[in-house]
Amino acid sequence: MKFLSMGKVVLRSLFGKPSTYGYPFTPREYPDTLRGAIGIDIDACIFCGLCARKCPTDAIEVNRQEKSWTIKRMQCVYCSYCVDTCMKNCLWTEHTHVVPDTVKQVDTYKQEPPEAEEEAAEEQLETPASTEASLGQTDSESAGQAETPEPQEGEPADA
Amino acid sequence: MAKRTVIPFGPQHPVLPEPVHLDLVLEDETVVEAIPSIGYIHRGLEKLVEKREWPEMVSVIERICGICSFGHGMGYCLSIEGNMGIQIPERAEYLRLIWHELGRVHSHLLWLGLLADSFGFESLYMHTWKLRETVLDLFERTTGGRVIFSVCKVGGLRRDVDADTLALMERKLTELVPEIEELAKVFIEDSSVGSRLKGVGVLTAEEAAALGAVGPVARGSGLRMDVRLEEKDRLYVDLGFEPCVETAGDSHARCVVRIRELFQSIELIKAAIQRIPDGEVSVPVKGNPEREYIARVEQPRGEAYYYSKGAGEKFLKRIRVRTPTNANIPAMVKTLAGAQLADVPILILTIDPCISCTER
Repeated sequence: MKFLSMGKVVLRSLFGKPSTYGYPFTPREYPDTLRGAIGIDIDACIFCGLCARKCPTDAIEVNRQEKSWTIKRMQCVYCSYCVDTCMKNCLWTEHTHVVPDTVKQVDTYKQEPPEAEEEAAEEQLETPASTEASLGQTDSESAGQAETPEPQEGEPADA
Repeated sequence: MAKRTVIPFGPQHPVLPEPVHLDLVLEDETVVEAIPSIGYIHRGLEKLVEKREWPEMVSVIERICGICSFGHGMGYCLSIEGNMGIQIPERAEYLRLIWHELGRVHSHLLWLGLLADSFGFESLYMHTWKLRETVLDLFERTTGGRVIFSVCKVGGLRRDVDADTLALMERKLTELVPEIEELAKVFIEDSSVGSRLKGVGVLTAEEAAALGAVGPVARGSGLRMDVRLEEKDRLYVDLGFEPCVETAGDSHARCVVRIRELFQSIELIKAAIQRIPDGEVSVPVKGNPEREYIARVEQPRGEAYYYSKGAGEKFLKRIRVRTPTNANIPAMVKTLAGAQLADVPILILTIDPCISCTER
């Protein structure tokens, strides 16, 4: 039986440097392999919705009509199933975590229409006859819908 | 006969990391009887099998517990793989072993800290948890997570570990050994620690067997009982695994078993890193589970089993997990009877209770 057997360890700790990080003054260095917050390249997204379907906490919402991708940051559990599922590889995990907050963060990413399409739409709007303009608008809308066949192709067989 | 008093212990108590309630029937300072009641943290995770497809159920199962989350995920995957007759690649088997044993190191270091806290040795508690940080950092570097690892999937693993990282893991663990040895001496040899643990809560081998104790509680009472041995796991057999057994049956013996297992797990990890073959870490999985299957895993706290019943559909019919704490509660109640009130926190802790696992 020994007495004060921890004395050496305690003394070494007492006169040594602290074992903890000097947070927040010393930032935490995360390894490259960290599964952190989800990042998205919204321009590459085809809004197939597979990530939302695979998300175990339903943190992701995909709106195909509005071409928007929304993530509830505080609901995400960093499993990265969405990253594994993404067919276009437009999702990734950042090397940081979401910072704590007093409100629940919700980030929405919207895909802007390509400039060429915008210009074409503007030209059609500038035609003199109002009926033609409305028809042109309808055509561009329907063309816009028809231009997104990939989501249907990307749909899983059991959808 | 002295007057009997009933003292409620828990569900909120400084020594309890999780909520469990005990009605302690006392005669003066001596516990005559302990009546446990659980049900404070039931989350209905098994029921979720009706709403989550079986490949996604891993993410639910590994959230049963934050300490042995890898083991839970692995146990579920083993159950489904057995159900569907899937053989995973050898590299995946080795990596699972490495992470599972690393989880044991993490769990035992955490438990040793809590034990030190329970008998009021705060500096020992903090120093033990400091060592645990190294293990958590290794988990973070290899799996991407510190608590929930999300690397197991049916058919293998979701990510591989490169040779440099494995070498780093081996080096860090080698550096960790002398530090653990230093603290292990305090747990094993220090007189103040010994006076709180030795002869406290003796459970004989016969009692442990009759009450169905598992894991370090059974091994501390002299039972040579370990799923890694009983399942004749090929990797463990190749690595020359032999369970750590102590015969005293008291709290000190249960502590010594866990300390010995720390070193044993580190040796197993190092041996596995030396032998790990190259290759894939997962195989493609087709079809759905159609049968019933039970897989057993030796968790840090003892034997856990994972029952799965499929019907050829995407949703399983039933998932059942029996966790080691569930099996060890009768042994805990037995050791509490006749103990002093001041020893109750230590006796509760020596079974390493995980109430989240028990209630799921």
